[in-house]
Amino acid sequence: MIALLAFYLFATLTIASAVLVIFARNPVHSVLWLILGFFNAAGLMLLTGAEFIAMLLVIVYVGAVAVLFLFVVMMLDIDFSQLRSGFNRNLPFGLLIALVLLSEIVIAISAYSAGPAFAHASGAPPANALPNIEALGAMLYGQYLLPFELAGLILLVAMIGAIVLTHRSRGDARPQKVARQIRRRPEDAVKMAKPAVGEGVSL
Amino acid sequence: MTAFFQSHGASYEWAWFFSMLIGILAIALPLMLAVAMIIYAERKIWAAMALRRGPNVVGPFGLLQSFADGLKVFLKETIVPTSANKGLFLLAPIISFTVALIVWAVVPFQTGVVLANINVGLLYILAASSLGVYGVIIAGWASNSKYPFYSALRAAAQMVSYEVSIGFVLICVVLYAGTFNMTGIVEAQRGNIFGVLNGFGFNPLLFPMAVVFLISSMAETFRTPFDLTEAESELVAGFQTEYSSMSFALFWLGEYGNVILMTALNAILFWGGFLPPVNWAPLYVIPGIIWLLIKMMLFFFIFGWVRATVPRYRYDQLMRLGWKIFLPLSLTFVVLISGWLMLTRYGALPA
Repeated sequence: MIALLAFYLFATLTIASAVLVIFARNPVHSVLWLILGFFNAAGLMLLTGAEFIAMLLVIVYVGAVAVLFLFVVMMLDIDFSQLRSGFNRNLPFGLLIALVLLSEIVIAISAYSAGPAFAHASGAPPANALPNIEALGAMLYGQYLLPFELAGLILLVAMIGAIVLTHRSRGDARPQKVARQIRRRPEDAVKMAKPAVGEGVSL
Repeated sequence: MTAFFQSHGASYEWAWFFSMLIGILAIALPLMLAVAMIIYAERKIWAAMALRRGPNVVGPFGLLQSFADGLKVFLKETIVPTSANKGLFLLAPIISFTVALIVWAVVPFQTGVVLANINVGLLYILAASSLGVYGVIIAGWASNSKYPFYSALRAAAQMVSYEVSIGFVLICVVLYAGTFNMTGIVEAQRGNIFGVLNGFGFNPLLFPMAVVFLISSMAETFRTPFDLTEAESELVAGFQTEYSSMSFALFWLGEYGNVILMTALNAILFWGGFLPPVNWAPLYVIPGIIWLLIKMMLFFFIFGWVRATVPRYRYDQLMRLGWKIFLPLSLTFVVLISGWLMLTRYGALPA
């Protein structure tokens, strides 16, 4: 019964926060509702026994991606009236996306209720099965090693590409060279001088 | 404890509910007391290092100073700035405080003495600690004031940067322990070094990671060498500038709750947690929680020591340390440690 209560709690909150993402007047509030939505989705995944995915969802999406979203949205100087002006223009497009998503959900649910497509792919994991992490690890590093590594490589290339494209070195910048600072000894920089009275010091 | 309630006629669900409730109270209430005492202890440590007396007026040896401060803060008026985003402004300290508390659910105090013995314990800690930044960001934004906002941006960047190296350090620990479960990680350290020493930290491959984790945990809790978010000389009081009364106190409690948590994590992940440092039977007579507390206090002294003596970093130095030193270092050690384990523990590559 507790699991059922938790399911309805998480499900209601997920839907409510998803709705509020759209209807919140302030974009920062929208992002915060989105974060709440992520969080409750993680709760739902916990209930289905996918604890590893749930934790990853919180770490990656809530902990990193959404922080950057929030970061960007907070720093934007947004004119609210201008933001809402495009509503009618974008309405058909939005409706189209909504329709596609709705039909996908309907198809997915009806396909799921028709029974598993493959003999071994049942819905819920059997009790006392391998822990999530081990099962996923065996899959990713065994059966799907090549696609997994390729995906990693593509992401790495994308990351390097993004840095190369945006990095611009200014010629006149003089960054701190820590190694040079540490290497510097007193003898290089300090000269002891004992000038006699009336004589100057040559610099 | 669930079984105890069930034997008294409660259904399984209610028994579970009551035992959880008692477990939460048994962790949270001593924790609040510990926060009060640890603030006193830290002020005494700083005072000793600055050749001062420290708090010595309220109660014997000033022991009740934190309670007096708490009462004072409690009786003050909560001020919400007129231009602040009221709901979020009040929500922020609650988030900070709650997040500091929920992590304790997976901290093992003894074999089997843990609120939630889940098999993704370490990931849960990472997930919960990555939430901590929201309290700061929301506080900074909702205050609608310059300095808190700067502070929030700094906090976000700092948290995200140091979480990366912390993640890699934790991967090293998990590789060695072979599990994400916190109790499992502690048990893996039993007789870790030639059956004599308990603790990954004694392992020369993991010791550098222990140091990286200690420093990163100071950065994660915004303690002094890394307290750019509340640098008085630049940002007044950072994200707390507009806060007063209990909303301020919640930030304060959350901050110290996090500090105690980080000392516990240092002890659990690298120095054997509730195991005695040496794997010698007579030492096991002392209960595990005492060992854990001794280690936590030791780490807390180091935290206080560093805060009393080390000057604040500049922001670019902070970022340099995180991204250019800790990240490559911890990444190298992930490779080194997995290579070493393949060589010694898992043998040749599977066909």
